[in-house]
Amino acid sequence: MPMEASEIETLIRQSLPDAKVIIRDLAGDGDHFAAEVVSESFRGKSRVQQHQLVYEALKGNMGGELHALALQTSVPD
Amino acid sequence: MSEIQAWIDNEVKSNEVVLFMKGTPTFPQCGFSGQVVQILDYLDVPYKGINVLENDDLRQGIKDYSNWPTIPQLYVKGEFVGGCDIIREMFQSQELQEILGKPATA
Repeated sequence: MPMEASEIETLIRQSLPDAKVIIRDLAGDGDHFAAEVVSESFRGKSRVQQHQLVYEALKGNMGGELHALALQTSVPD
Repeated sequence: MSEIQAWIDNEVKSNEVVLFMKGTPTFPQCGFSGQVVQILDYLDVPYKGINVLENDDLRQGIKDYSNWPTIPQLYVKGEFVGGCDIIREMFQSQELQEILGKPATA
């Protein structure tokens, strides 16, 4: 069951309420997205840890319904 | 630690650079795995490619081992470095060259 960009955004916001989230649908098939997430909770964390926070927010959809999510995480300036 | 976790742990610790991927270095079977293979080949890094498609326990086991939901996964000196996005970012910022002991690239 493919996902909607808005669903991804909502899931990320639930775990990272302060996050600025930009989702781009790469292929229009609900399966390949790019996401830019900016959040204070990434500060001091490695890239792997930052991405893991986003994957946890997606509650197991990642790798299942969601085949590909090109992630870019950063902290607010 | 389950058998598959012990097997993975041994591979990660006994090889300097290990790439858990879909397909093989000569025949990657996924765009993301192929991108990491290209970067490693471009940097002329000797590495061990492990095809997770050959064994479902391995395919799930590696995700549990690193708490990372996708393939490919690159390990350097026993440490999980990242998946395709992170490897590409680190390649562009020269961080990957650094941890692999390779000179900076243009």
